[in-house]
Amino acid sequence: MSREKLYGWGRTSPSVAEVLEPTAEEVSSLLGSSTHVLSRGLGRSYGDAAQLAGGLVLRNSAMTVMDTIDSDGTVWVDAGVTIDDLIRVGLPQGWFVPVTPGTRQVSVGGAIAADVHGKNHHVDGSFGHHVRSLVLATPSGTITCSPTDRAELFWATIGGMGLTGVVLRAQLQLLAVTSDKVIVDTTRFTNLESVMHEMQSGDHRYRYSVAWVDCMTTGATMGRAILTRGDHADRSNDERQSPREAKIGVPFSAPSGLLNGLSIRAFNELWFRMAPKQRRGEEQSIGAFFHPLDGVRDWNRLYGRRGFVQYQFAVPDTASETVVDAIKLLAESRVPSFLAVLKRFGAGTPGPLSFPMPGWTLALDLPVGPAALPRVLDQLDSLVLEAGGRVYLAKDARLDPATFRAMYPRFEELLQIKRTVDPDTVITSDLARRLELIRK
Amino acid sequence: MENAFGQPQTVVVLGGSSDIAREVTKKLCGARARTVVLAGRNESLLSEAAKEASNAGATATHTITFDAQDVTSAETAVAQSFAAVGAPVDLVIIAVGLLGEQMLDENDPAAAARMSIVNYAWPVTALAALRQRMIAQGSGRIVVISSVAGIRVRRGSYLYSGAKAGLDRLCEGLADSLIGTGVTLQIVRPGFVHTKMTAGLKPAPFSVDAERVAKDILRGLGTPARIIYSPSIMKWLFALLRHLPAPLWRKINEDR
Repeated sequence: MSREKLYGWGRTSPSVAEVLEPTAEEVSSLLGSSTHVLSRGLGRSYGDAAQLAGGLVLRNSAMTVMDTIDSDGTVWVDAGVTIDDLIRVGLPQGWFVPVTPGTRQVSVGGAIAADVHGKNHHVDGSFGHHVRSLVLATPSGTITCSPTDRAELFWATIGGMGLTGVVLRAQLQLLAVTSDKVIVDTTRFTNLESVMHEMQSGDHRYRYSVAWVDCMTTGATMGRAILTRGDHADRSNDERQSPREAKIGVPFSAPSGLLNGLSIRAFNELWFRMAPKQRRGEEQSIGAFFHPLDGVRDWNRLYGRRGFVQYQFAVPDTASETVVDAIKLLAESRVPSFLAVLKRFGAGTPGPLSFPMPGWTLALDLPVGPAALPRVLDQLDSLVLEAGGRVYLAKDARLDPATFRAMYPRFEELLQIKRTVDPDTVITSDLARRLELIRK
Repeated sequence: MENAFGQPQTVVVLGGSSDIAREVTKKLCGARARTVVLAGRNESLLSEAAKEASNAGATATHTITFDAQDVTSAETAVAQSFAAVGAPVDLVIIAVGLLGEQMLDENDPAAAARMSIVNYAWPVTALAALRQRMIAQGSGRIVVISSVAGIRVRRGSYLYSGAKAGLDRLCEGLADSLIGTGVTLQIVRPGFVHTKMTAGLKPAPFSVDAERVAKDILRGLGTPARIIYSPSIMKWLFALLRHLPAPLWRKINEDR
């Protein structure tokens, strides 16, 4: 056992814990130990969700068995198998992951705990919608659950931030594809209103859709955006290749302040000008379309020693104005933010901590540093809450307990279900403590 | 738990009734602090500070009394403070200090001892009591209120400044000892601050009020800075002053 400093992807508030990489068999006995315990995957959640200060953190990286993919596209995998592994093995056989976040470096256990979503949420829902069954180690024993068997525990675990137990294995339903290419349509919009209108009226025609929005322009070009939408190419004779590994990396933290208002503004400008006004039917590789940032290992270090926070919220369709107000608030407060990601959401899962809701989601990357940032994000919380929306916990590193409870009013249900499998509250996390979801 | 901006939820202040401590506490409660323990000498002042904290947003406040002239009280005060929080302590502020009366104290052995106990020995004892508790938590932050006066000790306040110098230097080593533990220690070096402690003294250049110091401390909490200067110009001013030839140093401090 070794004591290790664990970070979230945003590198903002690390903490130290004992870290182990147990096998599935070892997990059960470790859950009987006297300390607090938490499971961790590849540490791609941005805040403190996969940290447990002073406790025992179980990395799932020793659980890596992947069974043969069945002819119906279902497959049993260990929790430490990654989306990258799934694509690598599945794609040559004609199977793709049903949902992928912006990085392939996510474990299945982490994808379940954060109930990750991708560019196809408006059509296919989140990762949890494609989990057929899962095996969960809890302090009360190992339990297999599914949408039909112990459904409450199953849905509490989907998006449950790892607080119901340690996912050991899961059965996933993969998506049949005939090509390793995506056919992409790109359109450039000079303001937010026009892109939102196009997404609302036309996204249903595409499996994948995402808009990148510039949050640093004001006035007539406020929220100018690039909308990319696409679907898998349909060509049965293609040779299907897995995405390539990252060729370049960031070896150490950049000086703080490298990504400042000026450099970010310049980047946003360049990126906007490089995009075509309109381009249809462009063929892109899966890596380029889904995981552009995976091309640079440890890109989060570019934000320097102080790190960055990501702020992602969802609001219902009736609150489209909130998206506009949020971007306006950011642009006017002159807090530097990288291109924001705007997406349409479909329905969430039945889980008590499910994040998505039919409507909009906006994700912002914000370097830590500007004195106004904490307050601006608190103001955003109020806007989102007022609109009946919520903040994504897998990205969060600064929400306060009262706002959390108002955004996730069903949190008590999670705690009730948790008590049935973890009566002594062995499992907790820095996130759960910060949100006062669990005061242990 | 502390959030991404270094804003704590649980705070222990040793020396909680000092003007700087009270301003910092108010500001922390205006951010994320909800559980606050204020430990100090004067119960009625502590109660006032606790009331301020509640008004600023704290939901649970506790007061604990100790005597900083008695080093054996440090461990008890720390133990009581951690027990009162009952959860991981995100931030401990050490704001214990006594300015004294240099011209009277320097020829009075008991008074000289008192100055070094309150400004040095008691804080060091408290830090020793804190250290293992914080390391076991795997997270947390310690802020020690030092002074620019400790960077170069002057004739007119050497009992106070000398003790602060010792504490400040000791904390640099202590901070190094905490690397990799998840616990961080930051040293605050304010310039001349208008408080009840300095009332009646002739202000030095770039003097500030306690509110400004509190603001600089809160900003500093969100950074990896080992040393927080307030106002920030002190960093450059003392980079110069510490190397000033001794006769010149004495000259500019002649009337102080």
